[in-house]
Order: sequence, then C-alpha cells, then structure tokens
Amino acid sequence: MQSTFLLDIRQALARQPRATTEPFWIRGLLIGVALAFILLFLIAPLAAVFTQALAEGIGVYWSSLTDSDALASLRLTLLTAAIAVPCNLVFGVAASWAIAKFEFLGKSLLTTLIDLPFAVSPVISGLIYVLFFGMHGYLGPWLRAHDIEIIFAVPGIVLATMFVTFPFVARELIPLMQAQGTEDEEAALSLGASGWQTFWRVTLPNIKWGLLYGVILCNARAMGEFGAVSVISGHIRGLTNTMPLHVEILYNEYNFVGAFAVASLLTVVALITLVLKCFAEWKFKQDLSVERQEERWSI
Amino acid sequence: MVDMSIEVQHISKHFGSFAALRDVSLTVATGELVALLGPSGSGKTTLLRIISGLEVADPDSGGILLHEEDVTDTHVRSRRVGFVFQHYALFRHMTVYKNVAFGLRVRPRKLRPSAQEIHDKVHGLLKLVQLDWLADHYPAQLSGGQRQRIALARALAIEPKVLLLDEPFGALDARTRQELRGWLRRLHGELNVTSVLVTHDQEEALEVADRVAIMSAGRIEQVGTPEEVFHNPANEFVMNFLGRVNIFHGRVEGDRAYLGPLEVEYKGEYQATAQAARGLVRPFDLDIQTEPNNEPGFKATVCHVNAAGPRVKVDLMAESGEPVHVELGHERYRDLGLTAGQEVFVIPREINVYVDDDLQ
Repeated sequence: MQSTFLLDIRQALARQPRATTEPFWIRGLLIGVALAFILLFLIAPLAAVFTQALAEGIGVYWSSLTDSDALASLRLTLLTAAIAVPCNLVFGVAASWAIAKFEFLGKSLLTTLIDLPFAVSPVISGLIYVLFFGMHGYLGPWLRAHDIEIIFAVPGIVLATMFVTFPFVARELIPLMQAQGTEDEEAALSLGASGWQTFWRVTLPNIKWGLLYGVILCNARAMGEFGAVSVISGHIRGLTNTMPLHVEILYNEYNFVGAFAVASLLTVVALITLVLKCFAEWKFKQDLSVERQEERWSI
Repeated sequence: MVDMSIEVQHISKHFGSFAALRDVSLTVATGELVALLGPSGSGKTTLLRIISGLEVADPDSGGILLHEEDVTDTHVRSRRVGFVFQHYALFRHMTVYKNVAFGLRVRPRKLRPSAQEIHDKVHGLLKLVQLDWLADHYPAQLSGGQRQRIALARALAIEPKVLLLDEPFGALDARTRQELRGWLRRLHGELNVTSVLVTHDQEEALEVADRVAIMSAGRIEQVGTPEEVFHNPANEFVMNFLGRVNIFHGRVEGDRAYLGPLEVEYKGEYQATAQAARGLVRPFDLDIQTEPNNEPGFKATVCHVNAAGPRVKVDLMAESGEPVHVELGHERYRDLGLTAGQEVFVIPREINVYVDDDLQ
C-alpha cells in the first residue's frame, strides 16, 4: 500500500519537467505565501461570519432568522431571483444563439450591449432606473397616473437585478457556441428536423453544462446584488428589503447577531453555488475536451 | 427507369462582392457518382451546399432539380438529401444508434416509423457500414474512419434522394482514407444512389468517381470521366491540377513552338505573330536516353534519383537551367543505369502546348 503510494509520488515528480521546477525552499515559500493569503482573506472572514452569527447561541440565531422582516427579505430575494434568472436564461440563450450561429448587421453592437452591465457601476444602473421610472423621471408621471409602482417597489428591484445579471448566461454561452460551430445544426436540418427540434435535441444538449454554469453565476449575483437594488428599493422594511439590504440595515442598527445571521444565509448560498459551480465546470470541461478531441481527429 | 438525377442550371452565388460561383451548370445522371474537384476557394463546397439547400443561390440565378423536381425554393429539411460533413457532425451526446435514428425520429408523428421499424432500419444500416457492434457507443469513443461511416449511415437513414459528401475523407489519415475510398466505391455500387463528392484530392476524385468536374474560381473547367480529364485535359488549368507536370515557358510562332530547351510542332491554330505559350508535359511522358538519337530533346544533368516506389522518380536540371521531373519504369531505369551527375538526353513523347488565350 505504502510502496505504491510512494511510487505514485515518484511518478508524479518524474512527470514534472525539470526545467520549470524551482528549488524546494522557493516552492515552499511561494506556496506558504499563497496559503497565508487565502487563510487571511477568504477562510477567516468566512469563519467570522458564522462565529458572529452564533455569538449569542443558537436560540438567538434562530430567532433572528425567523424575524418577520428577515423572512420578508428572504422571500423578496428568492422572488427576485426566481423572476430575473429565468428571464436572463431565455434572453441569454436567444442572444448567444443569434450571435454565435448567424451573421447579421449590428452583431458587434449587440455583443457590446450585452457587456454593458459589466462596464457600468451597479449604483449607476440603479440610478438609471430611478431617472427613468422615478417621480421626476421620464415615465414617472405617466406611471403614477396609471397607478403603476416601479421605483421603491418589487418591479423596480426585479428590473435592476435583471439589468445587472444580464450578461452572465450570454457571456458563458457565446464562446462555447462559437467553438461548436453550425455543422451539428446543419446536419439536423438536412435530416429533416424542424428549427425547434434542432434546438431542443441538438443545440441545447450541446450547451447544457455551459448553460448551467452561467445560470449558477447569474443566480448568485441576483441574490447577492446590493448596489443597484439599494438605490432603487427605498429600504422599506418587510416590503422592499432584499437580504443584502436587510443585512446592512441590521448592521447599522448595531444588531450584529441579526446582521450576521442573515449574512450567514447568504454565505451558505455562496458555498452551495461554489459546489454547483465546481460540478458544472467539471462537466463543462468534459464537453470542451470532447470538442478538443474531435478537433484533434480533424487535424 | 425512374429519373433520379441532379440538375444544376445556371447557378451563381456571391458572398458580398466575392463571386463564389459564376453561372455553373451540371447534370448528374441517375445512380452516378460525380466528384467536384478543385483547389480551395474554387466554389466546389458552395455548389454542394446549394444542391443540398444549406446555402441559397443568388436570387436572380438559375435553379436546382432533384429527380426532375424543381427544389430551388425548397428548404433543406424538405429536400431529403443525405449530407455528409467533413468533420462528421455527429451528435456527441447521442449514441451511435440514436445518431442514425435521428432522421427517422424527428419526422412528424404521422410519417414516423414505429419503434420496431426504426430499430430494424438502424441496425440494417449499421450492418451495411459494418459497425453494428458500436450501436451503444458515443462518437467520442470512435476513430475518425468509424465516425465517418456512422455519419454516412445516418445520412442514408432518411432514404435520401441524393447523397452529398463534403470532403468526407479530408480529416482522416492517408491509410484510412485509402481504405474508405474503396469502401465508398463498393457501397455506391451496391446502393446506386445518385451522389456528389467534393474533394481537393485529385487522386481521390479520379479513383472513386464515375465522372469528375474540375472547378476553378467559381467555374467548371471540364467535366468528364477520370480517363478523359486526365488524358485529354481541356485546358492548362485542368492539366496542371491533375497530377504533376513539367512546364516549359516559351512562344508559338506560325506552326512551331519554342519552349525553353525544346522546339516542337504546334498543332493548334496557326499563329501569324509570336504568342507567349507554355508546354506542359507529364513526368511519365518524358523519356531519358544516354545518347542523342535525332529525336527532339534536350540535354540535362541527373540531380537526384528516388527508386523507392512503383515508379522511379528522376530529378534533372536542363542545360538551360530549368528543373525537370521524369518518371520511369524500374526496368527502363535499370537499363539506363542512371547516377547523379550524369549527363543525359530528355525526350518528350507527348507535349500539350497552350498559348495565352487558352487561359481565359
């Protein structure tokens, strides 16, 4: 058992190209620095969230979570994500399909527009909506006349979240679909498949892991978005507070246990996201490696 | 006999300002296998894609007839063509079985065969391409040659009116390519489905096809049996493209051609004034003599001899400085006893002379 283990190590070492291997102390130093950095900036804060949340015992932690305002913020965050993520999923797939598989006028403009939310600060994106739909904005008076509430209400929060999470799915899919080309679709069409059949049976299975990856990132951002939502929500407790906003309010009121308790929920979401992301990435790489294998055959 | 031909009538195609096809017409008879042969950019793949419906010809140009039916405005999914792609385009998330069954399963419910019929059909096709044992494998687990045979089985599953193959062996290694060529030839003989094959490999075209259409710059230069196009090339391009040639630059004056070290009779139209011309000679139409024997020829020095192959390849340098390439039979080579550096006489047996007008 031990001897095979040692053999494995020796083989692993032998596989390393000597020219790129540094002396032991340099390797140790670099790895040590990296580990210390990760510990200080990633692991320690993560642990601190849970320690703070549980500082006054599990009972207080639980009651902070089941507080009606906390539950309302949780519901709102879930609702926002439940609307924004599917919308961006459909949009992202449609946009990448168009960009990757067709040639049309204004294609590069569309690609640039998709990237816009990445380039603009989330606070600015929130402000844009206030400017547009707010009382003194362009559409404000008309909306008010028709009794439609957008700013300082749920629709505004959903819109702002959608804007900010707009690029995640499309950005993930465009390079993948471009790499896959259009031959599979052409083959399906020549075999008599309709456009829908081609999409459901050929295109979608080809991109499913990349799509899942994009959706996970999109969801994480939708639940965690602070800046844009903060500008547009109005911070009405129990009504327009999402979880990140609720954390801020509690913290500003020196209710540290409450703030960290809600924060711990968001942290759990983040951890679940990471695990899912790793899984999707792993599957995604398999898809890509199949791609590469096929490319190798074709050379 | 049912007419199962393909007719291409005056097709033109532009990509932006680039003319990919210029007024191309071609008829493929029932059960025939025609190869479209040409260098890259000659428009052969575009023509194939227009026949299939994957590409649409210029709106003001002619039409496509499959089995005497005008399909110019028919969508690719309704044309029922079997299309085989260079990179196979197998659906990677489906098993071999599901790949082959795809064309049957996507049919509207009324036209769809029963599960049992699909099963029998797919296994029949897999037997036909001799890969029945791979039914449960995924494309990634197959070799290139196997993938292309599966792709062919998939195309045949829809009982296509015509079979269109776009450089089907282009992505394979030389040995597999050789094997699959012979296999395709036999399969075509068995199925007798009207087929068009696109290739840039002249050897492949001449070996597999009943007739060859040689394309250049969006036009068909010549259509004929492999023997015809090889031995009676219509023009300089065709001759140059089909196998290696020696080119001697010079001029034609009256009924004589003066081509580098050669002077021969010009059998074409009498040229009153001197015209630039080229003489093209195939390596096996040149003979080597160790002594001059009054035949029109020229002096040359042997540079290199390669006797490893079915023919002996001799590289020489003409006295006038042109490199010359000759192919001899092994027997002839032994009789001559050639060595590098030896001075010999090169005598052309057959020379094709083209004056500049022929180029257009």
